[in-house]
Amino acid sequence: MFIKGIRLPGMSSLIIWGLLWELVGQSGLTFFLPPLSEILITLYEIGDSPAFLKALKETAQAFTVGVSAAILIGIPVGILMGKNRLLDELLLPWVNIFLSAPLTALVPVLMVLFGFGMRSIIITTSLFAIWIIILNSRAGVLQINRSLVEMGRCFGATPLAAFVKIYFWAALPEILGGVRIGIIRAVKGVIIGQLLISLVGFGALFELYSANFLMSHFWAVLIVLFALAFTISELLATLERKFSYYAANR
Amino acid sequence: MEIAVSTRNISKTYPGNVEALRDLSLEFPRGQLTSLLGPSGCGKTTLLKIISGLLEPTSGEVEVNGKPVTGPGPDRAFVFQDFALLPWADVLRNVAFGLELRGVPVSEREDIAQQHIKNVGLDGFEKSFPHELSGGMRQRVGLARALAVESEVLLMDEPFSAVDEQTRRKFQEDLLGLVERENKTFIFVTHSIEEAVYVSDQIAILLPRPSRVHEILRPENLRTKGVSDIRRDPEYLDTVDRIWASLRSYVE
Amino acid sequence: MHAKIMSRSLNLKLLSAIVVFGIWEIAGRIPISYGFPTFFESMVALFSMLIDGTLLQAYMDTLRPLVVGILISAFLGIALGLWIGLSNWFDWLVSPIFIIMQAAPLAALIPLLVMVYGIGLTSKVFVVCIMAMPVIVLNTAGAVRNTPINLKEMAASFLGTDKDIILRVIIPSASPIIFSGLRLGTSAGFIGAILAELKITPTGVGDIITFSRSIADYPSMYAAIFSIILLAVCFLNLLEIIERTLFRGNVRGYVSD
Repeated sequence: MFIKGIRLPGMSSLIIWGLLWELVGQSGLTFFLPPLSEILITLYEIGDSPAFLKALKETAQAFTVGVSAAILIGIPVGILMGKNRLLDELLLPWVNIFLSAPLTALVPVLMVLFGFGMRSIIITTSLFAIWIIILNSRAGVLQINRSLVEMGRCFGATPLAAFVKIYFWAALPEILGGVRIGIIRAVKGVIIGQLLISLVGFGALFELYSANFLMSHFWAVLIVLFALAFTISELLATLERKFSYYAANR
Repeated sequence: MEIAVSTRNISKTYPGNVEALRDLSLEFPRGQLTSLLGPSGCGKTTLLKIISGLLEPTSGEVEVNGKPVTGPGPDRAFVFQDFALLPWADVLRNVAFGLELRGVPVSEREDIAQQHIKNVGLDGFEKSFPHELSGGMRQRVGLARALAVESEVLLMDEPFSAVDEQTRRKFQEDLLGLVERENKTFIFVTHSIEEAVYVSDQIAILLPRPSRVHEILRPENLRTKGVSDIRRDPEYLDTVDRIWASLRSYVE
Repeated sequence: MHAKIMSRSLNLKLLSAIVVFGIWEIAGRIPISYGFPTFFESMVALFSMLIDGTLLQAYMDTLRPLVVGILISAFLGIALGLWIGLSNWFDWLVSPIFIIMQAAPLAALIPLLVMVYGIGLTSKVFVVCIMAMPVIVLNTAGAVRNTPINLKEMAASFLGTDKDIILRVIIPSASPIIFSGLRLGTSAGFIGAILAELKITPTGVGDIITFSRSIADYPSMYAAIFSIILLAVCFLNLLEIIERTLFRGNVRGYVSD
């Protein structure tokens, strides 16, 4: 978008939306939408309240553990599927099913099997993230240039060396893409998990706020969550671009 | 004339009964450059990959220095048509990569690589990445990598087909110098008749479906000519013509 | 030879299904948890619910917000996407909202939606819409924006009007990506529909899941979950097959979530 030849930065229109929000809020049109300024003040106030910090800590914990598990399991499984045809044919249908399946439906099962606490939330988070990581790692390995593989063999690479020094790096751009999408899904997963198992983290906080009709508290938390999610996704996109310089000529 | 590499009665049948090579025997003299020349689909790359140990022949055997080949080995190094460089590694690491896979310590392998980078004329590009180099420079990296492992036999799979014509001519001249300087056995796959006649001590003409050796030519006096005189030499022109005469009926 | 490959892949799919369901059966028989019924118990429950009509009734309830929500998202989403793709200022104004929606955990809005719209159909349709819309809008906008410029120039050089260019060049060339946006949106819509039933009020399949859990009738609970996942996967695969036949040889990359 250009105005008089000056390029407006990409996200600058959010200022207009913010102003609009403030106006609607000030007009008192609806109780459910307090003015943005009021929300920001509340945000400042609850920023160091124990309940908020506890929710943030619990969520971060579940998120980190869940995502790490998904990455640590997903990447090797995906690479193995790319390298082994039998394994690929056995696992691929399931990966595709779980990639598109409404995983929310599985949360009640997790609640029965693993209780109403952190464990179920961590597993939900992993389940949301892992399938796309597997699928992308597999795709990354499948597109590895044949002559790179032959080069490794010609110069006497052991299977382990070929794996660590060639396959992993050659598949890295796709793997990172998968990890980025997986992490965005995990953010959604950890919140869905907490909403359904509403005893910990932000799930509990939302219950508290909505039971007491604390609208600006509610919006404050939402803004924090959305901003965090957006920041994570942008950071990962930047990281991905750093490695994409060789994606085109492998 | 001492024989460095010999292939005996090689046949290769791909799954689905596609016969690529039938009963092919060839000998490659030590210290000389032998070209495998033929139209596309004549199995020349298949033969090269069998010699390298990347492919297994359906029957027959390959011997390098009298020892049968069972797989890739340190006595042979490969130069790839599409360079096969690691795009995430700089020139220095790419050239040293063969040594890295053999477990040579960092400082030692970097010294050796440095030397070969200089030999192929890439001084000053040690820290560059493949995507920053031109096609010709990338193939110099591929060549330096193959030279760095000090193999006796150099296998080159259409190494100059992905570089532009001027660079290609320079490469061909440099290759002649390399054959003269290094006491290595070169096996060179190409589909260019002029290139084969220009660089070879011995040319094996392969004909397709199934591939067999049609003829072996040994240009006699071209080696004694200067690099810029070869292309005007009557023997060069005659050989090129003769090869074209025997290949033309196989070109669609 | 082709038929042989086909049957190999089919056999392996069968084998893999047998292995997974076999593990489920064995794990249920040990049992690894009091809340883990065997595969056969679950299938028996599934068939009994199918025969007495409970499941059919439940799906009528579940699919209503889903269908309404997807339809609204599709029409509104494609319209918005076209507008964003065609107009620079609208792109600048509206895109950021959808980019943030795409990255954000929108499920967190549910408690708020319930406060505003109550626990009825409206809230559930809303949940489906907010889940499904971003990917539809962004895919459509991206596809329209990236219409090959030489096609547009070709149409203009043959004296096509703006309307011609939009209707005959831009939309046909964008349609494969718009369609895959719809498919991804539907996939997200399923997540939203079930989330709505589990979180807002138990109706339909969500009711079967919640109720059978509360009375510890685990086979029925697993059967209901199994059936909804099966339904979603079959439907999405169907969409993918339609997509592949409609736009054969026309597949380009698309914005994924």
